[in-house]
Amino acid sequence: MKSCREVTRLLSEAQERQLDGGERLALRLHLMICGACRNFSHQMTSLRHIARAYARGAKDEGAGGPPGKGRGKDTDRQ
Amino acid sequence: MNEQTADDASSGAQSRDLESLADPVYLEELRHQMQRFATLQLGDPHLAEDAVQEALVGALKNARSFGGRSALKTWVFAILKNKIADVLRQRSRYVEADSLLRADAEESDLDELFNKRGHWRAEERPAKWADPEAAVDDREFWRIFEACLDHLPGRQARVFMMREFIELESHEICAAVEITVSNLNVTLHRARLRLRECLENNWFARGQDRGGEA
Ligand SMILES: [Zn+2]
Repeated sequence: MKSCREVTRLLSEAQERQLDGGERLALRLHLMICGACRNFSHQMTSLRHIARAYARGAKDEGAGGPPGKGRGKDTDRQ
Repeated sequence: MNEQTADDASSGAQSRDLESLADPVYLEELRHQMQRFATLQLGDPHLAEDAVQEALVGALKNARSFGGRSALKTWVFAILKNKIADVLRQRSRYVEADSLLRADAEESDLDELFNKRGHWRAEERPAKWADPEAAVDDREFWRIFEACLDHLPGRQARVFMMREFIELESHEICAAVEITVSNLNVTLHRARLRLRECLENNWFARGQDRGGEA
């Protein structure tokens, strides 16, 4: 059985490469019994999602949207 | 939600989007955001400024219509990412000569997270994140995110950004900063462990007591 330390390393590497069959099996077995690593696994997905949003310049679009000044406003659906 | 309705991008849309870039207040704000983004990754404000200028000039040259400012911004940032990727790829060699040594030193900080058998220490166990999708729409979240990035050791931050913001592949990063693939994997593992902990403590699990219970 792999340790959490090894499992988090594999979950991180899965962001860079396709894991092989043995690695995937080891992960599945560990994640069945370890909630902390399950959370970590979901967080890897969230982290990527967040980073991609940041790289699209999403940072200043939250909460209230861009400063509209009567023109050039985004077309929001109400 | 940042949905654009492409349908109503009519002939008026292009001139309106160009107007956005011609609006000095908007342009300055955009330039400032780009400058910050590029500086973070290149670690050099002058190189960053060059990349930003090139990206903006490129954007103006190839101006076309977008479904509003957020689509325009996405596009300008995509151009900037390409410029940054070019700079990073060219800048190999001299950058990180001591990176191998430092990766070894970083190995020890995993002991803070895991016990001798490699299991999570009780107080370090990742918690369940509430509604991670909503965070990207929150300005305060991005402040936390940038603060957490700033807290990463420089090399970890740089490699993480090359991978996740600029979307370079492993082999490209290895070539650019002259490290082995296994060294890269170690570094990204560290960066993600730290970043997720920082985001959890300061955002996703604020006010929760992770002490004993599940
Ligand atoms: Zn585990």
